[in-house]
Amino acid sequence: MSILVNKNTKLVVQGITGRDGSFHTGKMKAYGTNIVAGVSPGKGGQFVHEIPVFNTVEEAVKKTGANTSIIMVPAPLAADAILEAADAGIELVVCISEGVPTLDMIKANSYLKKKGTKLIGANCPGLITPEESLVGILPANIFKKGNVGLMSRSGTLTYLMVSLLTSNGLGQSTCVGIGGDPVAGLYYQDLLQMFEDDPETEAIVLIGEIGGDAEERAAQYIKEHITKPVVAFIAGQTAPPGKRMGHAGAIISSGSGTAEEKITAFEAVGVPVARRPVELPDLLKKQMKK
Amino acid sequence: MKIHEYQSKEIFSNYSIPVTNEVLCYNVDEVKAAVHKLGLPVVIKAQVLTGGRGKAGGVKLAKTAEAAVEAANNILGMDIKGYTVEKILVAQGVKFNKEFYVGLTIDRNTKSVIFMGSKEGGVEIEEVAKDNPEAILKFPIDPDLGMTPFMARKIAFALFDDFQLVKQASDIFQKLYKIFLEKDASLVEINPLVVTDEGKVMALDGKMNFDDNALYRQSDIELLNEPTEDERKELAAKESGLTYIRLDGSIGCMVNGAGLAMATMDIIKYFGGNPANFLDIGGSSSPQKVIDAMTLLLSDKNVKVIMINIFGGITRCDDVARGLITALDEMKVDIPIVIRLSGTNAEEGLKIISERNLPTVNSLSEAAQEAIRLCKACN
Repeated sequence: MSILVNKNTKLVVQGITGRDGSFHTGKMKAYGTNIVAGVSPGKGGQFVHEIPVFNTVEEAVKKTGANTSIIMVPAPLAADAILEAADAGIELVVCISEGVPTLDMIKANSYLKKKGTKLIGANCPGLITPEESLVGILPANIFKKGNVGLMSRSGTLTYLMVSLLTSNGLGQSTCVGIGGDPVAGLYYQDLLQMFEDDPETEAIVLIGEIGGDAEERAAQYIKEHITKPVVAFIAGQTAPPGKRMGHAGAIISSGSGTAEEKITAFEAVGVPVARRPVELPDLLKKQMKK
Repeated sequence: MKIHEYQSKEIFSNYSIPVTNEVLCYNVDEVKAAVHKLGLPVVIKAQVLTGGRGKAGGVKLAKTAEAAVEAANNILGMDIKGYTVEKILVAQGVKFNKEFYVGLTIDRNTKSVIFMGSKEGGVEIEEVAKDNPEAILKFPIDPDLGMTPFMARKIAFALFDDFQLVKQASDIFQKLYKIFLEKDASLVEINPLVVTDEGKVMALDGKMNFDDNALYRQSDIELLNEPTEDERKELAAKESGLTYIRLDGSIGCMVNGAGLAMATMDIIKYFGGNPANFLDIGGSSSPQKVIDAMTLLLSDKNVKVIMINIFGGITRCDDVARGLITALDEMKVDIPIVIRLSGTNAEEGLKIISERNLPTVNSLSEAAQEAIRLCKACN
């Protein structure tokens, strides 16, 4: 077991003919992800890495039985690509594209809710179940199969954390990058519950950052619903207020959304918070022994 | 992106939301003419892209023409939180008996636009939120339905007692929501929304922020942008695909990814150093991006050491390495560089770097400590 993606994942890549789309399709395929189709309007009939390209997601689903989609198209086209995937009956959509307008994401989320489609992102690195399926742009070689579930608002910071876990002998069940935008698909609470219900996951790592109150809400959720050990890290402990730190969601506004508030919220519910990334594996081991 | 009060109210006015009669002025002569046109009293208001101008003395009521000129003289050129006042708004004085707060923003949790209203208008809403959060009513707006007449009425009835006022207010609320959607706003605020002595509901002030990600389809809004010097640098960086925020330290950072860039700043501080900037070179790096990033870092004279921290995902480490080598060939770099590469194509990247005898380190802690050591050695 694991969450969201596994050996049964049949992936369609939306935007497969682009520079990044094609490059990461190659990487995902090499990792062993079962990529069944690509979509690029007007380029149906072509092949990329020997994968058939279709004009529409609907056609790709009909011909190949794809159940999961990854979106690597320019931001102005991303919300429409999400809607197209949901309309075609895709169960899980992973949107990598960065810079999608917030109102587009609100509209898309509303439609997805009606269709029962799950969304990860936008502006995220995707997810991986080690040795089974990579759906995203994560560097595969740092992951190792194991029992730690990980979720994060950041991409590259996740890679750093995972490489620390792996080098300390802590393998992962599934690692999910939820994205750094103000309005995203699956949130911490959704994933916490999935990891709680997953028999293969023994402990959970949550990597947050400044801005909003998602971490505070996650802390509350952990207190009420999660029995497995959780350890956290918060990026942006030294970020100045009023400055948007890259991610559209990462901004300290009118004194709220600070790292300190989030750390306090976690520690109040018994979730230890690493002050530096390198401290996290030991904290996790300690929690798992308890 | 933010715009001025007078610009927000122009947008309100275009959507037939009642606002005060007002004239934008750049100098005292224009203020005199404005007073002549509007009649007395007038309110003179600094137009700056920051909050707290009232407390700073940037808003004055004038009952005579002389007082208006004096206020204008005081406010023009005033410094408010680092912003110099270059424009002032002269607004017709309005007699009112009640002040309300209304605002629309994005709610991450309901994944919708949320309407906020309060009977405690006219004061800083952040303070109301802190001291008396129940005084702010919140209504998430269903994105499929939009601001329906019944929802606008429901909100208006929660704020106003008189049905004549409810009718005016609910009309304004529907228009505000329309503005929010059509302009890709991230915040629309009226504080205060007042009831005049004549029984008219009117916007005395206005504030709008916009979603930077949507500016590509809001060209009329983009034209209103007035970046500060630091913001200009940030914008130029953004055009090259970089996110740059200048800070006041001496270790110039080049990192891929916002979270990792923040964690890199944190770790430099943890070991007692000071980052000179937040710089996220983003994903999908071409060598050109690295060259642009190096140019940006070197343009800051405070930078004594450059620390490069790349964890390749969509970014390929060999691209970064090649860009770095080209940058070093093209420009004169006379300060030390600390490099850490891992992830996608890290081996290829490190090979390129090592051919140039540039020092590399293995861990983030090591990189930060080495950068701090080199920085101290420079002083």
